[in-house]
Amino acid sequence: MTPQRMSWGRWPRHEHHVFSLSNRFAPLPVFDSMLPYGNGRSYGDVCQNDGGHLLVTRGLDRFIAFDPASGVLDCEAGVLLSEIIDLVLPRGWFPMVTPGTRFVTIGGAIANDVHGKNHHRAGSFGNHVLDFDLLRSDGSVLRCSRDVNREWFAATVGGLGLTGLILRARIQLRPVPGPWIGGDSLRFGSLNEFFALSTASDAGYEYTVAWIDCAAAGRNLGRGVFMRGNHVPASGWEPNGRSLRMPLTPPLSLINSVSLRLFNQLYFHRPGARLDNAVWHYRPFFYPLDSVLEWNRIYGPKGFFQYQCAVPQQGAEEALTEMLRRIAKSGLGSFLAVLKLFGHVPSQGMLSFPRPGATLALDFPNRGPVTLALLESLDAITRDVGGAVYPAKDARMSSVSFKQYYPAWKEFARYVDPHFSSSFWRRVTEDMK
Amino acid sequence: MRRILVMGATSAIAEATAREFARRGDALLLVGRSAERLRAIADDLKLRGAAMAEFRVLDARDIDAYPGLLDDATRVLGGLDTALIAHGTLSDEVSCQTSVATLLDEFRINALSVMALCTHLANRFEAQNRGVIAVISSVAGDRGRQSNYAYGSAKAAVSAFTSGLRQRLYTKGVRVVTIKPGFVDTPMTASFKKSFLWASPAAVAKTIARAMIRGTPVVYTPWFWCLIMAIIRFIPERVFQRLRL
Repeated sequence: MTPQRMSWGRWPRHEHHVFSLSNRFAPLPVFDSMLPYGNGRSYGDVCQNDGGHLLVTRGLDRFIAFDPASGVLDCEAGVLLSEIIDLVLPRGWFPMVTPGTRFVTIGGAIANDVHGKNHHRAGSFGNHVLDFDLLRSDGSVLRCSRDVNREWFAATVGGLGLTGLILRARIQLRPVPGPWIGGDSLRFGSLNEFFALSTASDAGYEYTVAWIDCAAAGRNLGRGVFMRGNHVPASGWEPNGRSLRMPLTPPLSLINSVSLRLFNQLYFHRPGARLDNAVWHYRPFFYPLDSVLEWNRIYGPKGFFQYQCAVPQQGAEEALTEMLRRIAKSGLGSFLAVLKLFGHVPSQGMLSFPRPGATLALDFPNRGPVTLALLESLDAITRDVGGAVYPAKDARMSSVSFKQYYPAWKEFARYVDPHFSSSFWRRVTEDMK
Repeated sequence: MRRILVMGATSAIAEATAREFARRGDALLLVGRSAERLRAIADDLKLRGAAMAEFRVLDARDIDAYPGLLDDATRVLGGLDTALIAHGTLSDEVSCQTSVATLLDEFRINALSVMALCTHLANRFEAQNRGVIAVISSVAGDRGRQSNYAYGSAKAAVSAFTSGLRQRLYTKGVRVVTIKPGFVDTPMTASFKKSFLWASPAAVAKTIARAMIRGTPVVYTPWFWCLIMAIIRFIPERVFQRLRL
């Protein structure tokens, strides 16, 4: 048993047996309870299997085929999105969908059906998966696509690694003129302005996202910075790609209500928050946090929670206003707060999170019961408006909430491999029997 | 462009090192026991930039097949100037103590086959007045310890053999590189508990590729093993015999 292989939130901390995979032709090992573990970028306990085995997939990191004419890439499940970009971008291709970090495995991107700043155009990651091979504990390998084994495809996309081990996948990439993104950065003073900006921008811009000041209250409530962009041909100095690393875990969270207010004030008023016709390299545009490796240590030894919910457009402004009011009042938030409008492209998975409406994502340093109480009160709002919380970010939602957010869970449960499980799955289905 | 033979190409260290050369556009011939795994690695190396990545299935115990293998490699690659010898097994010490047959078999895989292949390569590279022979030895070969002296003595033989070979070929323009990895997190060491001393195959591979390109005689990877082994070698035998290492 080793306490290593934490989730990105560094909470909860579980003990696991770790089994590393490196050969996609090998049969599964025989364990009672297993869970695939990619690069550990999901936040809560969907990548944790307390007391059981983790099948670490990073050793399955081979490219299988790439067609530079059609942009179809075939690779093993442990390949990172960053490795794919390094391979295909020089040949004019880019992932159709990328989340806010490029250090995720393809298997993890499928299992969490991740989304990005272009959800309103492209949908989520599963929309661009052509097929994959799923290894089950009975030894069978299922080739799954929209045409073959469709129900297994739908269960495995967003299936949190519970339906078996994804061995390899074929994904469709998109052509790009190069590594540059052109667009604007705009301040907004309220949620109302955000919705207007977003609605106006979604037709002309492939990528839209907003940072929101979760410490702002009163007349500043809902203020933030809106970014929008498109792939553009340009030339310039590529950033050197070197990263800083958070060298240690501080004994206390460095994020508190004082540092948060100060940071957010500076971030909102910095000159770079207002830019017209800016050109960004894709790395700072998509992955600002990837430039500091292990930044998650900043929250100290108790880790942090992330809360990401999606609420239907109807009533979104009222629901988000109430959430922001509660968060600002609590002083428990962090500067990492993101707001985006999802589009209408249907997600492919039974348990996929993206759905039409607005999505809000925030970090919360773990301060124990007060943090949990705040998050539960946010869940009450999400439940009331018929929204959902993202399992990939969750370490605490109740079984009742989960079942309301994901009514397809019962049907999904039929596809869970009898030898696969996770701490998350046991937590949200504990009263199933 | 280098024309490289990789022996034991499905090992994690060999595969990671092959990627370093693929990135530089070199041509590779991979040798191992599993055709499907070799094919998967070759496909990957081609996509990563290798000018060529072919494979041959051969058990390293089949020492008589080496001359034919080298002829084949020279033909396929259009020449041969670099070899990475990375095959081997991590012998189970207890089995080697209870079975002499196992001990001899392990020695054949980890020492004799390596020395035989080095000899064939040396004679060919000497004749063409250039080449690099890189051999994965181990820090375990620096001093015999009760926990793995069967494996360690085989690696000690490889280290001593390559040291002599290096002297012999120095004036002929051929470089011999002895690589001594410490703890590397690979399938071979999957059952060990990992600590801060453990390195990834990718990190070790970068050091190995650099040493092969520069012709560095002996390289410890990660580098701090040089210090650790200096201390271990320095302990007098009178004291060492009482230790449980």
